Amino acid sequence: MKRFGVLLSVSTLLLGIFAGSALAGQIIVNGSTTVLPISQAAAEAFMESHPKANISVSGGGSGNGIKAIIDGTTSIAGSSRFIKQSEIEAAVKKGTYPVPFAVAVDAILPVVHPSNPVKNLTVEQLRDIYTGKIKNWKELGGPDKKIAAVTRDTSSGTFEVWEEKVMNKEKIAPQAQVVASNGAMVQSVAGNPGAVGYIGIGYLDKSTSALKVNGIEGTAKNALNGSYPVSRYLFMFTKGWPTGETMEFINFILSNAGQKIVAESGFVPLR
Amino acid sequence: MTTPLKEDRIPRIAVMTVASLGVAIMLFILYSLIRDSIPILAHVTLSDLLLGTQWYPTYDPPEFGMLPLLVGSLSVTLMASLISLPVSLALAVFLSEVCPSTLREILKPVIEILGFFPSVVLGFIGMVVIAPWMVTRFDIITGLNLLNASILMGIMIIPIVTSLAEDSLNSVPRDIRDASFALGATRLETVSRSVIPAALPGLMTASLLGVMRAIGETMVVLMAAGGAAIIPRSIMDPVRPLTSAIAAEMGETPFRSDHYFSLFFAGLLLLLLTLAHNMTALWIEQRGKRWRS
Repeated sequence: MKRFGVLLSVSTLLLGIFAGSALAGQIIVNGSTTVLPISQAAAEAFMESHPKANISVSGGGSGNGIKAIIDGTTSIAGSSRFIKQSEIEAAVKKGTYPVPFAVAVDAILPVVHPSNPVKNLTVEQLRDIYTGKIKNWKELGGPDKKIAAVTRDTSSGTFEVWEEKVMNKEKIAPQAQVVASNGAMVQSVAGNPGAVGYIGIGYLDKSTSALKVNGIEGTAKNALNGSYPVSRYLFMFTKGWPTGETMEFINFILSNAGQKIVAESGFVPLR
Repeated sequence: MTTPLKEDRIPRIAVMTVASLGVAIMLFILYSLIRDSIPILAHVTLSDLLLGTQWYPTYDPPEFGMLPLLVGSLSVTLMASLISLPVSLALAVFLSEVCPSTLREILKPVIEILGFFPSVVLGFIGMVVIAPWMVTRFDIITGLNLLNASILMGIMIIPIVTSLAEDSLNSVPRDIRDASFALGATRLETVSRSVIPAALPGLMTASLLGVMRAIGETMVVLMAAGGAAIIPRSIMDPVRPLTSAIAAEMGETPFRSDHYFSLFFAGLLLLLLTLAHNMTALWIEQRGKRWRS
């Protein structure tokens, strides 16, 4: 871990040198891997319409992105959470003022086989399923059938939301199956009448049916007004109020074309 | 031979260079594998690593118990071998000793082509065909499990083992069979008492290669084994072999974190597994020789 830290600071330092000598039109986007698909697709589209712009996109996690904003080594930091109080204090001490822009909403839907009569679960029930406390659909008003809980690899952004909004620090039972992608999740839930899984809102189709959570349907509208519990805002932080190309890039993501890219990346657009 | 022609030296040097380059690359791979797997031992004891049953590498505090992964790898390999080795050896005997030559001309290429079947396609079949069928047929929790992955892996190694085993049966001289028949042995007796013992080392190598392929196979287990890091208690339980843990987790783990080192350690374990397997096979072969003479 120590070595990793050293490596990170060295690379941050290098990045700083490059950023310092960067030409006008150079934008560095760092931060959350969850926001990465949006930044990547948006950067490609933006560079097509602005040939002079040069955007380099990388992902190192929300915390690292915000740290880079505080240190002034990146222009934009993607983040899957809001900035923490301690980070604001660190920024103010250094004289930088991170400015948040909400760019998308990430909503995760619990899904079951279409034949499953269960249509609604509370967050607590979902948590008990994944910790292994609830083992049979009978306990949830369904048929007498064992529950096959399917989860995602612990490094995925989808898992991160699930862990944060549903699991509340409790560990997922090792008995839960693990799949490597949203697509694989849809496949394994669609092929198993006793399965429950969770997917990003963009991956819902007719082969699985989404559950309401706490009685609230996981729609784009409910995710946007904040009533749907398994959702979160995705942010881009800039170092101070953005100017020049950075401003244009942020504006592009917030524009209709940018929000279309957000939807295509499997997230909920802001409108 | 003692004084080689001058012209012979150039190809000799060329072959030597290429061969030692190959060895050097292998040594370098081994070195980097060891170099990146040792640091995990500074944070986790070897016994916790090998005998721990909790695999939670990204939690805080993380737990690196690899026993479920190890057992997962071994159980899938064992099951796949149990399924495929009898079938492929029987198939090899059929092809080489019983099958009419016209049918054999067709079957052999077909089996060999099956050996090139991409494992990702097999994994996909496991996900969309076998898994749903298993769930409805056996009323089990999940169709992505040990049995599913073992069946697919078995299918994958059958062509390899069959083809190699058939070659070694074929290379048994005609005279041995003729002598056996001349002594009045039936075909069954000839095959089981004369041909198979004569081809035994070859059959063993064929099986060995098949099993080693199974230990290292990644895609099939990643897609069809279910991925749950538990020690399976039945063949219908999902498992997470070492290979699928490495494949699924390496892409997202921070460079040179404990998790990263532990995945390298998993790779080292895989290497040691195949090495141990090789040694055992060698030992069995030598014992077999002694026993026969």
